[in-house]
Amino acid sequence: MDIHKCVGCGLCVKACKIENDVDWDANVTRTWVERYVVTKGSRDKDGNIKPGETLIDSPKGARDGFTSQKIDQAHMGLKEVNPDEIAKAFFVPKLCNHCENPPCVQVCPVGATYQTEDGVVLVDRTWCIGCGYCVMGCPYGVRYFHPTLHVAEKCTLCYHRLSQGMKTACVDACPFGARRVGNIRDPEDPVTKIITSEQVNVLKEEFGTKPQVFYLGSSMEVK
Amino acid sequence: MKNHVWKPLYIVLAIVGSILIIRTVLVPNDFGMHERGYMYGWHRKSNEADWKKVPVKYKTAKVCRECHKDKYDDIKDSPHGSISCENCHGPNYNHPQDPVGLKIDTSRALCLRCHSLLPYKNSARAKIPGINPDKHYTQAECVMCHYPHDPTRSNPKHRRPEVKS
Repeated sequence: MDIHKCVGCGLCVKACKIENDVDWDANVTRTWVERYVVTKGSRDKDGNIKPGETLIDSPKGARDGFTSQKIDQAHMGLKEVNPDEIAKAFFVPKLCNHCENPPCVQVCPVGATYQTEDGVVLVDRTWCIGCGYCVMGCPYGVRYFHPTLHVAEKCTLCYHRLSQGMKTACVDACPFGARRVGNIRDPEDPVTKIITSEQVNVLKEEFGTKPQVFYLGSSMEVK
Repeated sequence: MKNHVWKPLYIVLAIVGSILIIRTVLVPNDFGMHERGYMYGWHRKSNEADWKKVPVKYKTAKVCRECHKDKYDDIKDSPHGSISCENCHGPNYNHPQDPVGLKIDTSRALCLRCHSLLPYKNSARAKIPGINPDKHYTQAECVMCHYPHDPTRSNPKHRRPEVKS
């Protein structure tokens, strides 16, 4: 994931939803894009420093992209920030990290979710009992319940495409090259070369999950 | 030993035995510990094949190019050349058999995904020409003036319509 390149068009989310039959209108998505708007700090009249704030939103998971300057702050309503007060703003695409140590798999009491030999974390829809432990166990919040099948759902890393040598639908849909997918076990893979030779970051490293989604150009505000 | 000692033991054995029998019937043969070991690899192996069977809908621009070389040449050198055909023309599914034709999304909403102006100077979005969707020809579809395959040209299919800003 290259945060510098993402413009928040949400074409990845649209492609994922169609490719994987994710319900279009239900508020669930396998991948989404978050907008981070960080405002400048200021001084009040007594000279005290008021730090800038970070506003984050992802309306409908950015299914329709970010077309409005208003930032969705849930019960606080839509917030419009004066352009002059914006210190920085960027878009962070998210999906299942396909962790090397997936906590969602550890907590499954029935063996419905598992990791394949090639490292992809999948859910067996016929075996899932819908207890929701994995939804709670994922530190990245990527799992949800299928609105009609009532089983745990998640990104499959387009297993049907990868196994045919294709790329994931989100990667193919991204016009800016912000999303890329590769085989990290192959040192000659172009994506592996970026991960091993450039400054990349992962999300919530402190959880010890060894996430396999790497971010270029990440920032301290990214959660 | 007396009967009252054996009797509950038989009942327990019968319960355990019946659970084991039901288990062999209900649990698929390929369910067990696989490559990733006890902690991560405990699953029904054939489910991997189930996920591989999901039909591919987005066939990528490479497939479009096989038949629509002219359209590919039209777009490849334009600023829109990096946008996959299926983002606007819709997923391929099994085109040209099913569906025979694809419905092109010419909505403003599609263009606005990138071209709605957001005042984020440091972001890559700032490098894309942006408009205020509430002010820029609100009643018109973008393709009425702009040629989507090459936005540097005006759309040859349409005369510039008489719309007021």
